[in-house]
Amino acid sequence: MSSRDRVLGRVRRALADVTPHDGPYEEAVGRDYLREHGERTTGRTVELLAENLADYRAIVHRAGAEELPDLVARLLAGRGSREVLVPPGLPPGWLSAADVVRVQDLAESTPQRLDRVDSVVTGCAAAIAETGTIVLDGSPDQGRRRISLVPDHHICVVRVPEQVVSSVPQALERLDPVRPLTWISGPSATSDIELDRVEGVHGPRTLEVILLG
Amino acid sequence: MSRTFVGMPASPPPAHPAFPKAARDAVRNPTLRENLRHATHTIRAKRAKAVAELSDWAGLREAGRRIKDHTLHHLDRYLEQLEESVTAAGGTVHWAADAEEANRIVAALVKETGESEVVKVKSMATQEIGLNEALEAEGIRAYETDLAELIVQLGKDRPSHILVPAIHRNRGEIRDIFRAEMGAWGRPAPEGLSDTPAELAEAARLHLREKFLRAKVGISGANFMVAETGTLVVVESEGNGRMCLTLPETLISVVGIEKVVPTWRDLEVFLQTLPRSSTAERMNPYTSMWTGTTDGDGPRTFHLVLLDNGRTDTLADRVGRQALRCIRCSACLNVCPVYERAGGHAYGSVYPGPIGAILSPQLRGTASEIDASLPYASTLCGACYEVCPVAIDIPEVLVHLRERVVQGGPAVRRGDKVVLKPAKGHAAERAAMRAARWAFTHPGALRAGQRLASRTRRLHPRALPGPGRAWSGTRDLPAVPAEPFRDWWQRTQGESGEQGAGK
Repeated sequence: MSSRDRVLGRVRRALADVTPHDGPYEEAVGRDYLREHGERTTGRTVELLAENLADYRAIVHRAGAEELPDLVARLLAGRGSREVLVPPGLPPGWLSAADVVRVQDLAESTPQRLDRVDSVVTGCAAAIAETGTIVLDGSPDQGRRRISLVPDHHICVVRVPEQVVSSVPQALERLDPVRPLTWISGPSATSDIELDRVEGVHGPRTLEVILLG
Repeated sequence: MSRTFVGMPASPPPAHPAFPKAARDAVRNPTLRENLRHATHTIRAKRAKAVAELSDWAGLREAGRRIKDHTLHHLDRYLEQLEESVTAAGGTVHWAADAEEANRIVAALVKETGESEVVKVKSMATQEIGLNEALEAEGIRAYETDLAELIVQLGKDRPSHILVPAIHRNRGEIRDIFRAEMGAWGRPAPEGLSDTPAELAEAARLHLREKFLRAKVGISGANFMVAETGTLVVVESEGNGRMCLTLPETLISVVGIEKVVPTWRDLEVFLQTLPRSSTAERMNPYTSMWTGTTDGDGPRTFHLVLLDNGRTDTLADRVGRQALRCIRCSACLNVCPVYERAGGHAYGSVYPGPIGAILSPQLRGTASEIDASLPYASTLCGACYEVCPVAIDIPEVLVHLRERVVQGGPAVRRGDKVVLKPAKGHAAERAAMRAARWAFTHPGALRAGQRLASRTRRLHPRALPGPGRAWSGTRDLPAVPAEPFRDWWQRTQGESGEQGAGK
């Protein structure tokens, strides 16, 4: 007997007392909770996103389309970044004012190579106001998962208000589970020493979020 | 072939002392007491605040309970669906009936890649099966990359908390471990390392960086598996998870079969309740979700090892199966007055605290001394049930397991029905219960006994003799009234009173 059959057989014997539910799944569970918490205007939702991002030590900036290139250039220069990782579909204008070397993420680039890059600039798939979360889904303006992971400085541009949702349930509705997803809420952190939160372990230690719109 | 290693739950730690003995040693350690008190009190207040932010917490908790219960009640259906989805997305699914089989599968998969080292993201399932030791026996070195796991691994220590395995260590101890041990495992600790948490985290970053960048095989667990889509979810804070899940060419995930949820939408419940319950955050810094493999992004090969190892035995118990709803948040540990004082090691399992007290004796059976004692490692105060985000009634299961230990009875072990013998060492308890049953079923004898007790009450000792002395050393024995209640009732209310009581 294969282990698969053994385990499934044990499961079935263990459930001998249970009458299976044959109706639709959603009827079986029932969901008595909110789709979002509180009622807010769109503007207030974007503000809440900014507050919650900042609460978990992300640095939040706002810019209109025309100010964006200068802001990005300033942020990169402020950190002294010389090399910047660029996802394949990043809008070319975003880096147009920056005096940096653009590094494409090639399939053959080793992690060691990416580790020498100072910063990365990406877009995002969605942002969640209630939790201060941005979600990347590997679209062309975000690139492979590793490029937003290995460099120590991540600049992420969120188009507001269209990419912002209020809540976790609303975010899941928008996202495609087939794509590799990374949910980011502030810079990397740990609570492993005396259950006290410390920012900055393996992921980017500085997360800057630009609310574009 | 060295097949001698057996993972923890298949056979519990050999000769681990029973909980009372282990706890007695732990409470005598003032550093441990202080470390635990500090950490658990910090997190309790934060959790309460994070939970209070959500006005629908009770609704989320109830939905979480229902989703998990429904899944467990149809586990075969959802496991088959999951297997199909993962396979369709480019992954390979393996089934392991016990720890030894899971370890054998993982070791063979690592060997196939030709590699002799792996990076690991914190996973309760792989700790449960003793994977690191099993790989070591096969010549494969496993590097733990979670900060707390690293502290435990470098300190040749055992984990003592589900979420923060090194909760029993304070910053000074951690610095000493880093200074002494990091060099033997790779990059040594920086010169002049201080004990500030930020510097310690930086030291871990530097130490592990080279390992992440060269890793070819990553090993993980998962917090959730979605049957409908084949998506796996890992919730973490440090980014070590992202490193292990993204940079290696091969990813092997070892996941307990109870971690499956039916639909993508179900995540909306647990992604709200888990972070707030565990680290008291609105959202943890990083959550990774992947479905099979993706061309040009992340590992090219993905293996999922579905682990039973006592879970189906637990599922067979109508009362005890609710323990399988657990999402490993560790909120119950943080509020438990017993855990706070005894610490995690006393529980003799990778699952300490209240959830461990009901999970270990079910996953491993109640044959060993430690497992038979775990259902008693509680005051039944119920704080654990109160905070549980999937509403596991831990006190109910504890009482149920106490019954099983004392009385024995039918159970399922390794898929087979067995009849457990009553445990030894509860003779006095059983004799007392037998005497009580006899007295309550013989009203005449009960009445005579009560009257005798009342009349001799001036002669009763103030303290108990023999083994009862310790108990009465700090407590007054309850005073016996001058007249039994039934006699008083008869005398003052008479016949009419008896009728009145029925209204």
